[in-house]
Amino acid sequence: MNKKKLVIGVIGADVHAVGISILQHAFEDAGFEVINLGVMVSQEEYIAAAIETNADGIMVSSLYGHGELDCRGLRAKCDEAGLKGILLYVGGNIVVGKQPFDEVEKRFKEMGFDRVFGPGTAPETTIEALYEDLGKPETEE
Amino acid sequence: MKPILLVDFGSTNTKVTAVDVDNCEILGTAAAYTTVETDINEGLANAVKILEETTGPLEFQEKYACSSAAGGLKMISIGLVPELTAQASREASLGAGAKVWKTYSFQLTKGDLKEIEAYHPDIILLTGGTDGGNTECILYNAKVLAGLSYDCPIVIAGNRNAADDCQEILEGRTTYICENVMPRLGELDIEPTQKQIREIFLNRIVQGKGLTKAMDLVSGIIMPTPSAMLTAMELLSEGWDEIEGIGELIGVDLGGATTDVYSVADGSPANTMTVIKGIQEPYTKRTVEGDIGMRYSVRGILEAAGDRKLSKIAGVNRNRINEKVEWLETHTDYIPDNDEMEKIDYALACAAVETAVSRHAGSLEQVYTPCGLTYVQSGKDLRRVKYVVVTGGALIHAKHTEEIAKYALFDETAPGSLRPEKAEILVDRKYILAAMGLLSQQYPQAALEIMKKEIAYYGHQE
Repeated sequence: MNKKKLVIGVIGADVHAVGISILQHAFEDAGFEVINLGVMVSQEEYIAAAIETNADGIMVSSLYGHGELDCRGLRAKCDEAGLKGILLYVGGNIVVGKQPFDEVEKRFKEMGFDRVFGPGTAPETTIEALYEDLGKPETEE
Repeated sequence: MKPILLVDFGSTNTKVTAVDVDNCEILGTAAAYTTVETDINEGLANAVKILEETTGPLEFQEKYACSSAAGGLKMISIGLVPELTAQASREASLGAGAKVWKTYSFQLTKGDLKEIEAYHPDIILLTGGTDGGNTECILYNAKVLAGLSYDCPIVIAGNRNAADDCQEILEGRTTYICENVMPRLGELDIEPTQKQIREIFLNRIVQGKGLTKAMDLVSGIIMPTPSAMLTAMELLSEGWDEIEGIGELIGVDLGGATTDVYSVADGSPANTMTVIKGIQEPYTKRTVEGDIGMRYSVRGILEAAGDRKLSKIAGVNRNRINEKVEWLETHTDYIPDNDEMEKIDYALACAAVETAVSRHAGSLEQVYTPCGLTYVQSGKDLRRVKYVVVTGGALIHAKHTEEIAKYALFDETAPGSLRPEKAEILVDRKYILAAMGLLSQQYPQAALEIMKKEIAYYGHQE
């Protein structure tokens, strides 16, 4: 009952449906409760879901290169909606073309994301980061 | 012969329907003014007298009644996020046959409480949070509701982890705990709440509405009229035992003050290319358009459709339309007695049906994404529904009922509105749907047989 809760989904007009299901299973196996919003998720939908479920983090996926536009202002809206300090991750092919990852990471961190993951990140990497930020769940008997 | 009397105490008229359940026949119908101010039984006795003038004296074996008199079942719904639990809460109340005056989301203010006091609802539905989710808001709202000056029954159907605490906060008041209307994000579980609401209506509300005396006369089952309607439509759609129903359907009840639309249909997307948005839709859904009605709310039709459209349908110029709409608003008993008014009434009915069904049905949007064309659906896709059942005084007594009802169907000029593409129009000529909903509580088979005879049959004729 006291599992940490994550709202996940693919942001914007992105319809890549497979990866988000893989992430759902990976996060669930790692001991999290997952609310998967699927594809074409708007900023408002992440926020509404996080409020209603009292989530601990919002995990934003983007695979079609337009993530930078889609993600702008999400942190500010979270603050406005009373989700102050909620954990925000973003990952995938989040920018157009091949750009140095440290610059991309910097830009997204400035946007208010706590962690930024580039293309080809294994779910395990993100899970490790989640354990660090939210604490490792107690193993169930 | 086993005659049974079915009574519908409406806000204006008390309608009675006599049926013979042995032969599955309607013996007769009649109506008289509702007398809720004095003794509700007077109106009932008058209606029965009129009825017996045509049927001859009848020895009723059983009597059942539904009611929308004295304001109907007045409710307010409270949730957390507007498009999530607040919406779920609203769906639950409407489906239980209530008149939902307002739906509140997030934390209630002192002003909200004053507003609720002034409206004086019969039942409050308090929800918020998925199971294990947010508890802060529903607890806060329970504290606000603890300040209500009268003992309004409160149904608590939010985050189950907060239910007991809510009940504690509201100690000394009449409260009921139900399953969460949205146990998991986007998922609806509204039936337990609806059952509870109907029970409260039966056990408590009826007494406060001057209907107690009627309780002695009838054998029971007093339910809100819209709830009886919904029950009838479900039965007609789904069938009973060996007798088949007619399948998915939409019902339109066009009244003087409001227009109710019902759908008994799945409404899921037509293909896998469609992304669905918003919460799960109830299979049996009811919407009420408070601003769409043929008399009291006639202005709402004009505002929704515009005078150009009305003028085009009626073939009457825009000035006259505006003039007459204003006039109709204050002449609520008026029945068209000349050619021009018939045309205007016809146009108003068409526009009312179109507006109400468009709002009830879902919508489909084409979206061009960097990954190609895709579709986004919100609400129910009713394009494959095969029947539209029309009822309500304004529709069944109108001329050209079928033409009016066709405005419920898919329109090429508005392809995004997911209304039935090809549907047969069925007309509730004798206005018996609510009565059949009542009858079905004890005699589902007879109710279904009668509906198939009286409603579906006429449809096939045309």
